[in-house]
Amino acid sequence: MSEPNAPLWLLAELTYKCPLQCPYCSNPVDFAQTGTELDTDQWIKVLREGRELGAAQLGLSGGEPIVRKDLEVIVAEARKLGYYTNLITSGIGMTADRVASLKEAGLDHIQVSFQASSSELNNWIAGTDSFQHKLDMARAVKENGFPMVLCFVTHRENIDQVEDMLTLATQLEADYVELATTQYYGWAFLNRDVLMPDRAQLESAEAAVNRFRDQKINDAMKIYYVIPDYYESRPKPCMSGWGSLFMLVTPDGTALPCHSARVIPGIEFPNAKDTPLSEIWKRSDAFNKFRGFDWMQEPCRSCSEKETDFGGCRCQAYMLTGDAAATDPVCDKSPQRHVIEEAITASREPQTKPLVFRNAKNSKKIPGLIS
Amino acid sequence: MNTDSPDTTAQLTQIPKLANGYRLQWEPAQDSFVVLYPEGMKVLSGSAAEIVQQCTGEQNVAAIIKSLEEKFPGVELSKDVLDFVAGASSEGWLDV
Repeated sequence: MSEPNAPLWLLAELTYKCPLQCPYCSNPVDFAQTGTELDTDQWIKVLREGRELGAAQLGLSGGEPIVRKDLEVIVAEARKLGYYTNLITSGIGMTADRVASLKEAGLDHIQVSFQASSSELNNWIAGTDSFQHKLDMARAVKENGFPMVLCFVTHRENIDQVEDMLTLATQLEADYVELATTQYYGWAFLNRDVLMPDRAQLESAEAAVNRFRDQKINDAMKIYYVIPDYYESRPKPCMSGWGSLFMLVTPDGTALPCHSARVIPGIEFPNAKDTPLSEIWKRSDAFNKFRGFDWMQEPCRSCSEKETDFGGCRCQAYMLTGDAAATDPVCDKSPQRHVIEEAITASREPQTKPLVFRNAKNSKKIPGLIS
Repeated sequence: MNTDSPDTTAQLTQIPKLANGYRLQWEPAQDSFVVLYPEGMKVLSGSAAEIVQQCTGEQNVAAIIKSLEEKFPGVELSKDVLDFVAGASSEGWLDV
């Protein structure tokens, strides 16, 4: 195989510690069993190797990255290496002083997540009394001159607030707003039946976004609207293809081609502590596993759209069909599309199971929770 | 383009600068200049890179055209520069 392209994106999940308990978190459900977090020097080594490999965008996330006391040191080093540095935060644990010190360290951009546009719903979903502090921190982000993305993860409980979310983002002077419908991985997969919106909700959310755009209420603010793939007939081009432009390093140094790749059994993911990133990116079995098209089965193999969507998501294929090399069952050409229809139908039943919130206590109870 | 039109005259006095949050840099991996912004990157063509390097917020469009024509003698550049500045500013990444 020829040399792969450079990974444009390096996502450093600095910690799994987080004061919030969002039930759709993309962290693995067994995060509490993870190894020791990389220390400052180990992270700096990862950043240096990623930059040498050609990564230009650096995401700093978690967990909640602000928990790391060395965040400013990591940011300063990243900026010196030439990364565009993006902090992905809930704003909780942040202070106005730290926003200022991150600016001084050279941080380029901050993305603040909100759980809803109202205090009550936000605090319930986050599992903490956090809404007011988020507002304060979003203002501090703008006051310090950062470009700001506001991210709302949407699902059944909050998607009817899309119009209010856009209004709130406008009031907070967001430069971008992301309305990302929950994708069913990690904790969200566990809570899928409770989180999945119905078709009418999606249509009305999309209409609200279009109304906001058509009425030119805030042209300067760019809106990214991510619809849930279960309601599509073609899969998403997940990560633009496995090992194509994205690399994630988990708190303990494990290198992954996407957030949830560890759900796929039988792949040994290398650790950046003892293996250089270039080795991992270019030569590891894990990153080569689903590169190119040779791994595909029918109907992907002979499909004219395989270079558009790369067969969809390998994790979703595994989670829903038991075979990571199968066509993503979201695709209506998949012989297993019925599993998606069944999931949608199941989510329409009256729900008796409560939401499972993402916290260490619940994480330790896994796999009891899954069965 | 008629470079004497009122629109063009106004545009020649604009002082373009990359918008807040956008950064120009050379990327060896792309063998190109790129503009980086929150969670994204534009890879610039050779001519776009020449123009963006002049958009420092310290000179107007007329001066940019002049300095590029000095750098590339005999090339008629004003239309390219005017179109580029208009396009990039309407996309929001160049402030004028």
